[in-house]
Amino acid sequence: MNEDIVQRVKADPNYQELKSSRSRFGWTLTWAMMIVYYGFTLLVAFNKEFMGTRIGDSVITWGIPLGLFVILFTVLITGIYVRRANSRYDALSDAIRAKVGA
Amino acid sequence: MMHFSRPRMRSFAPIAGALLAAAGVAHAAPDLGQGVKQATNWTAIIMFAVFVVGTLFITKWAAAKTRSASDFYTAGGGITGFQNGLAIAGDFMSAASFLGISAAVFLDGFDGLIYAIGFLVGWPVITFLMAERLRNLGRFTFADVASYRFAQKPIRVFAASGTLVVVAFYLIAQMVGAGQLIKLLFGLDYWIAVVLVGILMMVYVLFGGMTATTWVQIIKAVLLLSGASFMAFSVLAQYNFSPAKLFQSATELHAKGDAIMGPGSFIKDPISAISFGMALMFGTAGLPHILMRFFTVPSAKEARKSVLWATTWIGYFYILTFIIGFGAIVLVGTNPAFKDAAGALLGGNNMAAVHLAQAVGGDVFLGFISAVAFATILAVVAGLTLSGASAVSHDLYATVFKKGQATSENELRVSKITTICLGIIAVLLGIAFEKQNVAFMVSLAFAIAASANFPVLFMSVLWKDCTTRGATVGGFLGLTTAVVLTVLSKSVWVDVLKHDAAIFPYASPAIFSMAVGFFGIWLFSITDKGPRARIDRAGFEAQEVRAETGIGAAGASGH
Repeated sequence: MNEDIVQRVKADPNYQELKSSRSRFGWTLTWAMMIVYYGFTLLVAFNKEFMGTRIGDSVITWGIPLGLFVILFTVLITGIYVRRANSRYDALSDAIRAKVGA
Repeated sequence: MMHFSRPRMRSFAPIAGALLAAAGVAHAAPDLGQGVKQATNWTAIIMFAVFVVGTLFITKWAAAKTRSASDFYTAGGGITGFQNGLAIAGDFMSAASFLGISAAVFLDGFDGLIYAIGFLVGWPVITFLMAERLRNLGRFTFADVASYRFAQKPIRVFAASGTLVVVAFYLIAQMVGAGQLIKLLFGLDYWIAVVLVGILMMVYVLFGGMTATTWVQIIKAVLLLSGASFMAFSVLAQYNFSPAKLFQSATELHAKGDAIMGPGSFIKDPISAISFGMALMFGTAGLPHILMRFFTVPSAKEARKSVLWATTWIGYFYILTFIIGFGAIVLVGTNPAFKDAAGALLGGNNMAAVHLAQAVGGDVFLGFISAVAFATILAVVAGLTLSGASAVSHDLYATVFKKGQATSENELRVSKITTICLGIIAVLLGIAFEKQNVAFMVSLAFAIAASANFPVLFMSVLWKDCTTRGATVGGFLGLTTAVVLTVLSKSVWVDVLKHDAAIFPYASPAIFSMAVGFFGIWLFSITDKGPRARIDRAGFEAQEVRAETGIGAAGASGH
């Protein structure tokens, strides 16, 4: 890729938007995932009693729905990112590409 | 758990025990050992033979399509996102996940879930930070990405080392596990099983390259997901599809009673917990055979779709293993037919899921699940071998020795020679390690991937001031730290080397070795004032534009 294309892409406002918006979104979701996972891990490490406490009269404890929540959250948050990237971010990068004719 | 300390119950714990031991599960950590050879199981052997014949036909078809180095490494980039998602799941869901996690649930209930979650949470991180950048910057191996703007030689040598070390540890654990598993499931001798796995993986990779490997992984993923779904469905059907009734019954039947519904001994101290979680989360994003799969799809869009499919299948699979573990508590743990005179599970606790297969589906389904477990190992070792072969042929031979001047034919030939060498080495190591404790190897592979491969990839792609020197030195420091701390930890220092007490007290080195890796890259980059450092930093702009937009990416803009 030559220097000319690099400079033209960098000057494109779409590129600036793509870069900053995707970076912000990606990092927000990364932190969300880390908080959920390490939160769950720390809850297990520091509050075993709570995780093993039954919910009402049911045999099911708090740990079970929380664990399932982490699994579902993992899949969902991936889906949320992919959905936005495959529509909005791809549209932006297509526009950038069309502009520089690459 | 006392039954683990008895030699004959030690079964094929290498793979399953590997992971459990790493997680600090006290009772699974002691030395593993030899399973008792079972009666020859013809149903399982016939079903497995059907799988082998089917995959060999696919290999023949794939061989006709594998002409260039690009076909060999990436199936010509023609895999769809959905197919690649299944293949990634097939690459990642090992026999250790299936048998080890269901065994952990069978033994301790809830603790098995904590463990399963760790294996899933790395996928979003790959999606958000790596997948599309990998696809946009790389062609065949993750070294293409890490070395994009750097001096090729040092980074390629590092990346090839990181790849081969990870592949070697992962491969040995799989080979030893395969031998033990087959001894138990099929009633064949250990060495026959290891040689069989070695030959089949060589044939797949040698003739069919990435195309055959991908389809072996897809078929295996479909078989494993179907089999596990059927088992979970059958278990739940007995309780009118009420998980609460299943759990109720399990707490009444399990020796530990209500304790199985909450965390037990799995997490001993918070540092081990976080460290092990980091090894799994970031190690997933640094496994060379997984990263390589992102180059098989035609665009960044398909790369993202594939990781979403993979996450969905893997998440679904871990929910199934949780149900299967509880199913084993109620249907296997209570049935004297599955136990020996002393009341321990026949073949060891890792057989919980296999016995459950017989309990819910009879002998034919038992044969099916046994064959699937073997197919699972084959799919994983084929992916590992391909990844190791690419590191040698593409990174070392074509880029370092031939300085990028190798022809596609020569590169392809070197890959094939390497595949044969790796196959032979894997078989020899598998036989050599038969009686060794390999419990630490898979977790070490994850720790190295998290401490060496991941930091180098991450910093080279996202940090402008990263230089050749920083990435190489930092990467090797992370790698060395992960290996040294693992040797000093309980799983090697006490369990293999038979010392009295571990020098490194935590279950996983990742929290320290990742820090060393990142700090090393940072320190040796910012102090780097050489002429090469200027070129490295100047190259960031162009790299960033390509990583973000895919302009100039292989296959993406039709050139």
